[in-house]
Amino acid sequence: MPNDDHQHKPAPKPTPETEHYWEGTKLGELRIQRCRACGQAYFYPRPSCPHCFSTDVSWERASGRAQLHTYLISHRPAPGFADEVPYAIAVVELEEGPRMMTNIVGVEQTPESLVLDMALEVAFEPRGDQSVPVFRPRNES
Amino acid sequence: MNVRAGSAIVGAAETTRIGVVPDVSALEMHAESARLAVADAGMKMTDIDGVAAAGLSPIAVAHYLGIAPTYVDATTVGGCSFLLHVRHAAAAITAGLCEVVLITHGESGRSRLGMPPRVADPTSPQGQFEAPYGTLGPPTMFPMGVLRYMKEFGLTHEQLASVPVAQRKWAANVPRAMFREPLSIEDVLASRLIAYPMHLLECCLVTDGGGALVVTSAQRARSMPGPKPPVYVLGTGEAAETPLVSMMEDFTTSKAFRLSSASAFAEAGVGPQDVDHLMVYDAFAHLPIYGLEDLGFVGRGEAGAFIAEGHTSPGGSLPMNTNGGGLSYTHTGMYGMFLVQESVRQLRREASAQVPNVEISLAQGVGGMFMAAGTLILGTAAAAGV
Repeated sequence: MPNDDHQHKPAPKPTPETEHYWEGTKLGELRIQRCRACGQAYFYPRPSCPHCFSTDVSWERASGRAQLHTYLISHRPAPGFADEVPYAIAVVELEEGPRMMTNIVGVEQTPESLVLDMALEVAFEPRGDQSVPVFRPRNES
Repeated sequence: MNVRAGSAIVGAAETTRIGVVPDVSALEMHAESARLAVADAGMKMTDIDGVAAAGLSPIAVAHYLGIAPTYVDATTVGGCSFLLHVRHAAAAITAGLCEVVLITHGESGRSRLGMPPRVADPTSPQGQFEAPYGTLGPPTMFPMGVLRYMKEFGLTHEQLASVPVAQRKWAANVPRAMFREPLSIEDVLASRLIAYPMHLLECCLVTDGGGALVVTSAQRARSMPGPKPPVYVLGTGEAAETPLVSMMEDFTTSKAFRLSSASAFAEAGVGPQDVDHLMVYDAFAHLPIYGLEDLGFVGRGEAGAFIAEGHTSPGGSLPMNTNGGGLSYTHTGMYGMFLVQESVRQLRREASAQVPNVEISLAQGVGGMFMAAGTLILGTAAAAGV
């Protein structure tokens, strides 16, 4: 197994509480949760609202629209990223409010091309037998 | 219960060697610094009834030393763990749970001798929601908010680079510091990029070393004085925000820094204007900037200019990271122990780069990537009013 570490990007392993999220990404859906008690959307998946602690929460499909909130550009490859250095590791803010870590694809990985608050839209990339949300520049605005 | 000045640090020591120590295991570094700190306190190992450690278990440390403690604290929340150990020891001593607590750190961060293996758990929140995007250790996570901070407050790359430059000025006077040669902003910006916007010289060292503290009641410190002046624990704080850097509430400020320091200032009954000497955990160059603002030493967006103008450098109004910090002195991995060691040295008037008239020193630790924080406000007998 240690040999594989250098060939494949790390794959997430769902837990029972996150399974619905990862089922969604395989279908090309970015699913987030929303609290029925306080109305706020949140990420990462868990069965209670981090804003008001209610367990009356629901799943919904996010629009996939987001903005580039912050990022850095790694010059040292993590396992599986050797062909991509330097590559950006970013945090995006979804239109619904929550933020998440991701990669930015379809754009040069440079400070000039990666402009904070630029408009993005979700895409999906494989990681092992899972699919993870990544984001690419969104042209229409 | 009055925790303020109810306890004191009466013993403090670092391992004989720090930096590159390829022939001593992590556990022996805990033990060597423990023996030195107990001797520094003028005590015997049999005086110790409490043991706290992070990185390795306090049970392992205690047994290795040959003692069976009746108070243990294995709080492990990253590099600030030892500041929390002091806080917990102060409370436990005040409550009568124990009398003399030994707090140890030892880490073979560079040589990796006797270190627990690093394990990635793909089911953890980090394994599911961060690792798939190519994170590789602290440099790819800790500086996540820097570009946001730059956009919101106009921090320049030159101002960020002035942090290691300022600290190198202190390190020049510290023989034990790993790097002591003068550094210019141009040198920093010419060093290779590790994770843009962070250059190599804006990232901490990776070293081997250890340190230990002995904490006891202020009453015992007075009735059974050791060879060194007691350093009183005036105020303490701790806080936790998030295990995931990507979930920080605001990328331009640390909630854990704010909560932890507010608690310490309230307990000590002092404010930033009363602090003579400051240590802010500097795993990366942006941490002192966040620290100065989150602790209230300067206003929001002012810290970059404050450091660049020399106010934290030798001769400045707010001496900060006077051992050279994690950027120049040493950084074993859980560097927080060395913050406290330098605060103690300054208050005892025995620091290499001694600042005149230090009565109150504040040490601000961070754990993980802005995951947690610990704050200690320490003072001389005069500051403690005892």
